[in-house]
Amino acid sequence: MTIFLAILQRFFYAGVLLVAVLVLNFSMLHLAPGDIADTIAQASGGADADVMEQIRKDYGLDQPFLVQLGKYIGGVLFSFDLGYSFFYNQPVTTLIFEKLPATLLLVFTAQILALVVGVLLGVYSARNPKGIVSYLVTFIALFGYAAPVFWTGILLLIAFSLKIPLFPVAGMYDVTVEGGFFVQVLNVGRHLILPVLTLASIFLALYSRLCRASMMEVLGSDYVRTAKAKGLSEREVVLKHALKNSMSPVVTLAGLQFSAVVSGAVLVETVYSWPGLGTLALQSIIARDTPTILGILFFSALVVIVGNLLTDIVLRMIDPRVASKA
Amino acid sequence: MMPLLKIDNLRIELTTRDGIAPVIDDLSLELGAGETLSFVGESGCGKSMTALGIMGLLPEKVGRIASGTVMFNGEDLAQASDARLREIRGNDISMIFQEPMTSLNPVFTIGEQIAEVLRRHQNLSNRAAWSKATELLDAVRIPNPKARVNDYPHQMSGGQRQRVMIAIALACEPKILIADEPTTALDVTVQAQIFDLLRDLGKQTGTATILITHDMGAVAEMAERMIVMYAGRKAEDGPVEQIIDHPRHPYTKGLISCVPHLMASLSDDRPELVEVSGIVPSLKSFGRDECLFASRCDRADDKCRSQRPPEMGFANNQNSACWHAGDV
Amino acid sequence: MSIEPIETARSPFAEAFEMFRKNHAAVAGLVLLFLIVLGGLLGPGIYPGDPFEMVWAPFTPPGEEGYLLGTDYLGRDLLSMLIYGARVSIAIGLAAAFLTVFIGITVGALAGFYGGLIEEILMRITEFFQVLPTLLFSMVIVALFGASLPMITLAIGLVSWPAVARITRSEFLRIRELEYVTAARACGVSNWKLMFKVILPNALPPIIVQAALMVGSAILFEAGLSFLGLTDPNIVSWGQIIGSNRPYILDASYTVTIPGVAIFLTVLAISLVGDGLNDALNPKLRQR
Repeated sequence: MTIFLAILQRFFYAGVLLVAVLVLNFSMLHLAPGDIADTIAQASGGADADVMEQIRKDYGLDQPFLVQLGKYIGGVLFSFDLGYSFFYNQPVTTLIFEKLPATLLLVFTAQILALVVGVLLGVYSARNPKGIVSYLVTFIALFGYAAPVFWTGILLLIAFSLKIPLFPVAGMYDVTVEGGFFVQVLNVGRHLILPVLTLASIFLALYSRLCRASMMEVLGSDYVRTAKAKGLSEREVVLKHALKNSMSPVVTLAGLQFSAVVSGAVLVETVYSWPGLGTLALQSIIARDTPTILGILFFSALVVIVGNLLTDIVLRMIDPRVASKA
Repeated sequence: MMPLLKIDNLRIELTTRDGIAPVIDDLSLELGAGETLSFVGESGCGKSMTALGIMGLLPEKVGRIASGTVMFNGEDLAQASDARLREIRGNDISMIFQEPMTSLNPVFTIGEQIAEVLRRHQNLSNRAAWSKATELLDAVRIPNPKARVNDYPHQMSGGQRQRVMIAIALACEPKILIADEPTTALDVTVQAQIFDLLRDLGKQTGTATILITHDMGAVAEMAERMIVMYAGRKAEDGPVEQIIDHPRHPYTKGLISCVPHLMASLSDDRPELVEVSGIVPSLKSFGRDECLFASRCDRADDKCRSQRPPEMGFANNQNSACWHAGDV
Repeated sequence: MSIEPIETARSPFAEAFEMFRKNHAAVAGLVLLFLIVLGGLLGPGIYPGDPFEMVWAPFTPPGEEGYLLGTDYLGRDLLSMLIYGARVSIAIGLAAAFLTVFIGITVGALAGFYGGLIEEILMRITEFFQVLPTLLFSMVIVALFGASLPMITLAIGLVSWPAVARITRSEFLRIRELEYVTAARACGVSNWKLMFKVILPNALPPIIVQAALMVGSAILFEAGLSFLGLTDPNIVSWGQIIGSNRPYILDASYTVTIPGVAIFLTVLAISLVGDGLNDALNPKLRQR
């Protein structure tokens, strides 16, 4: 019951955060130098003063700022209407829902891969701090932090698509491939491997290093000594008693990284021409397509918030102390 | 009769930054079934190391048993395999630690932490282990055990956590319970309760107890025999009452005079409280051929500073490693 | 275990310096960083050349025609471009890190010191900024408000400070309960002085480490923005070289790999120094 209430509270709070995101983004875009009507007019090939006036009216740009803001937020909250893209000539919601799945696939696959492999490496190297895996973790940690993700992407692209053509160069699936569901899953999977590896490399570095450190600390703790004094096997001591404890800082960090993962996805999508929100974002920013930019900012904040909520739930399952603190 | 536990010439070495130091140097002792033996001495005298050495839990790659035997029921634990030690730990010999606040795993319920050891050693089903866990909570006098069994450690007080530790340690009715400073971290009122509990349960299960403490009061109440440790060496051992009555080592004498009520009842004129001045020597000097207490002893002479004193025997198996044991 | 023989007391600073000096990786990082900074400062003097000038045929491979690192898709000398790029990266890295630390310390210190409603509000704002997808947000800022170096710096600083604020706050929360703070408070030291003269100096070690790492992050951030083309077109930057040469990786992969190596080495050097500082300034680790 209390957990249910706590989660409900989190949801409410997430909603408040989202409205704040909307307000900030809307204000920022509308207070930026330059006339939005101008940009719209340019998108349709220039216009005279009359047409400009019409555009202002159509898009509600002639109304006071606060009215525009209120209408926008009302639209988002009550009818999930993010406006209309003059650049793509489509409702923003349609545009985003077309691209969102690709980004979600990339972001969540990369996060999960980085977490799983990072924890495995971290646990193993904590048990053997002088072993080869431990040096590998140190190496990955340094490389993953220092290498710009788009550069890593290009290097992998050169190596495994161009020099050794193991993986496709770009896109999310091959339209020429025909077949049932399973074939299409493989089709997307083949395209997914390099982008996911690229994106995961940064976070794998963070998680494996933190997991090693926290595992080493936990292995020296009193309760691990108690577990040993009970006569439990090495396996039970490490994988049951130590692992669950050493996971909570790693999961906490993973939760804080969601915004960074989405940022990284923008760059990775650009490198691999992955048809997701990142690619759309870059195009609409260059075109100054305000409604689309606003919509993307809103949705990527939503992805981060949902990621945080998931982290919070996982953390509660791992560590009962989190639940009682809140 | 063969003693339950017989340690002969045990030497435990720790690898430190300055080289190898013997934290336990030539220790011998015997513990009979159901007996309570107490280890006394200041921190850093190697009491805990002895306990960890018996359990095979010396810090990995840092501590090791260099020589000597630890005979338990005719089996040398110093030579036993890891697998064999794991069978013994928690089943035949268990241990409770100084820090109840951190000794329980924060992410598992206490029921699970008790049930686990029963499943491991008694081959109980999960269900049976949990119902036994509830009984054990009752036995360690935790009220409302049926509800508390699902609690997490952070929902309990320090005293309650130590009771849970005792429940875990006694779950398999071990032959030996090692209690390493079990009450040091607790409130004074709770301390007495924990000692009562240990004594009562120990009697019920016929468990022999090794009580490690620096609290001479607790020793007087709990133990039949005591060993006074100093700087990794045995300073004195023998029956508790006899030692308190007439210590044969200046260090023991100092320790006893730190505790007022051991010396006199309330109505008597009280002697002044004394402290044992100085500090335990650093690990570096632990192996030296001298009396390590000499630097703090007012009787020390050249012999004390140049030769390690042998053990001198007195009546009722009281021994003292002091050159001046006869006239202390 | 035992009580160590009493050593002559040394200042914590000297001790940290000693620890750092013994850390080979950190010293190597510092030397590398020094060389990179030196290259950026003195490079144009030693190796004169205009990074915008077309000096030879496009895609001249490294080493040929006297161009050590070859030329890019417009026939510009890659080495010249790298040297000028170093200036931009380091300048933005330092400026953005400074801004980040400044905002972060201010928010974190106020939240951690005052607690209560002030803390609640400031931490909610911090969380709010953590929810914003950092790169997207700064892309929008740069695109809308003009792609100048100060704007890029501002955009990076504006999205990066929450990490510093959180660390500062947790250090303040810990330290404000310590006896010497209570003592200073009892002596009537003003809040302002308590915050910045009493607590802050003791909270600095983890903040310094975070600040060092922030320089690296800011360099990566700037590289990402300029890779996407969101940078001042009148300056050369490493990320922008990679972005603009990307279509030609089949013909001349070095135009992409080499500037990437420059970014990688710079950030690597900074993170080695940061790790070294962490080990040196963290007394908990020092005992091991």
